[in-house]
Amino acid sequence: MTNPGLPVDPGLPVDPGLPVDSGLPVDSGLPVDSGLPVDSGLPVDSGLHADRVSRRTDGRLILDGASLAPEPGSTVGLLGPNGSGKSTLLRLLAGLLAPTAGVVTLDGTPVADLPRRDIARRLAVVEQQADTQIELTALDVVRLGRVPHRRAWTPASAHDDEAVHAALDRTGLTDRAGQPWQTLSGGERQRVQIARALAQEPRELLLDEPTNHLDIHHQLDLLALVTALPVTTVVALHDLNLAAMYCDQVVVLHTGRVVACGAPGDVLTEQLIADVYGVRAAVSKDGPDGRPHVRFLGTLA
Amino acid sequence: MTARRAVAFGAVGVLLLCCSLAVAITIGPADIRVGDVWAAVGSHLGFGTSELTPIRDGIVWQLRLPRTLLAAVCGAGLAVCGAVMQSLLRNPLADPFVLGVSSGASTGAVIVVVLGVGGGLVSVSAGAFAGALVSFALVLLLSHTFGGTTDRVVLAGVAAMQLFSALTSFIVLTAADAETTRGVLFWLLGSLGGVGWTDVWVCTAVLAVALVVFLSYGRTLDAFAFGQDAAATLGVSVARTRLVLLCATALLTAALVSSAGAIGFVGLVLPHAARALVGPGHTRLLPLTALAGAVFLVWVDTLARTVLDPQEVPVGVVTSLIGVPAFVVVLYRTRGVR
Repeated sequence: MTNPGLPVDPGLPVDPGLPVDSGLPVDSGLPVDSGLPVDSGLPVDSGLHADRVSRRTDGRLILDGASLAPEPGSTVGLLGPNGSGKSTLLRLLAGLLAPTAGVVTLDGTPVADLPRRDIARRLAVVEQQADTQIELTALDVVRLGRVPHRRAWTPASAHDDEAVHAALDRTGLTDRAGQPWQTLSGGERQRVQIARALAQEPRELLLDEPTNHLDIHHQLDLLALVTALPVTTVVALHDLNLAAMYCDQVVVLHTGRVVACGAPGDVLTEQLIADVYGVRAAVSKDGPDGRPHVRFLGTLA
Repeated sequence: MTARRAVAFGAVGVLLLCCSLAVAITIGPADIRVGDVWAAVGSHLGFGTSELTPIRDGIVWQLRLPRTLLAAVCGAGLAVCGAVMQSLLRNPLADPFVLGVSSGASTGAVIVVVLGVGGGLVSVSAGAFAGALVSFALVLLLSHTFGGTTDRVVLAGVAAMQLFSALTSFIVLTAADAETTRGVLFWLLGSLGGVGWTDVWVCTAVLAVALVVFLSYGRTLDAFAFGQDAAATLGVSVARTRLVLLCATALLTAALVSSAGAIGFVGLVLPHAARALVGPGHTRLLPLTALAGAVFLVWVDTLARTVLDPQEVPVGVVTSLIGVPAFVVVLYRTRGVR
């Protein structure tokens, strides 16, 4: 049995009923080879965990033993160059792909053992660029978030309507509810998708590069909205400065491996940016709240 | 779209369908007065007596009524199949005819009838179902290999339709005698001539089962709006849903084709019209699409059997004449969308 106060090996099964008041010391030295659970004061395997997951496609190793254990309620940024495995890790976390090795768990249960509907009732996904040819209004799209909560042949309950309206309200879309999807701008569409995700009433929210194709105002606006949500968020990002500004933790992937994880101030160093991105950069601490700010100087030869 | 408005559309649709059926059976080459037609139908249903001669009574009860009812069932079934396929494949041009499923069903039916495969044990409908499944699988395989975009699915459907039409023609022209040839050519064109009460009951039963399946997946179909992955993250088990719904559409198409041949474009045109009226939610869209399809085909068939009186135009020819321009309009509206 695990005694409170003792470090817990993340690789071992832990009794879900036991509270653990001291998590693992987080290794802030670089590079580390796996993401480690962060102390949360909650049972170690509550929430969404990826434990040394690998994914092989067509003989190529896309993801190689990546671990992730976001602290409940926090925002974790997934960083890394193109092809580093960010999207694959998100798809594994969402249960859309099965890992070749390792396991993704929700509250200790492997997602592969959970019915899709049960997953969708607590974990929501916002894709990079969702689109449809069907003529839906913003409200129609947000209502899709209630699909996993509803049964066939039954009308929407009062709670379904509440969840939809709360999601519209939270994302500032109440006035736009009747607007057709096709007439919404890129930023508004992402907001509608986030509202749809919130209507699912998730505890975990996964976003794959949600700021792509958005202007800077909408990028900041969207991340401010996402980070203020009372859910555990894992967001793949390209922009290191956005990650530094908005994420509690960042996890850096490089060729399918987790090479660093921790607070942005600890992880985003000039050396790491050179190693992972092949870019010369100057990192200062003059971002908001003393967060790191990255200035790019050029590529490395 | 409020629920009240959807119910109003549904009520109008049911009323329109009943009126269409009542009027359509009074129209025809045999000169029978409207009141006599209804009296004949009424007497068979146990209300009052008819003064028609047995021959004229037979025209109403054995020819016009089953034919008109089957037109309604075929229209409803094909339109609903189109709506389901469009949502499931995320393709506004999907329809049992365009994707070659109807042609595959024709080939299956012709193989059973002409070549006697199955030695009488395998019914025509089972042959049609097998043919529909084979052609559906072929289209999905081809389009998947080509990249799965809207135009690729349609091109794969064109290929399947040509292949199975050619196979049907080949079988009919090489293996059948002149008598059989005339009897089976309608499978290529689509015709409601010569249907009887058995066709009506079989098709109605299959339609009822398929409608229940489709409606129980109504919300699931809504979840496909943003693609398969999005549906999966909304709790849909995509593989099972696709299997169940594609089999149900193949079964329904097969039943309809066995009785009436490959009637084209009903499934393409009507879902778009119904969507314009009640919006994209499938729990409302599917019933309304069925009603619209039923009313549509009742009138198209009435047109087909009267416009060149006394000669009859196969109903599939008329639906294609209406459907092809509609196909072009849909294609135009989706231009630039991948």
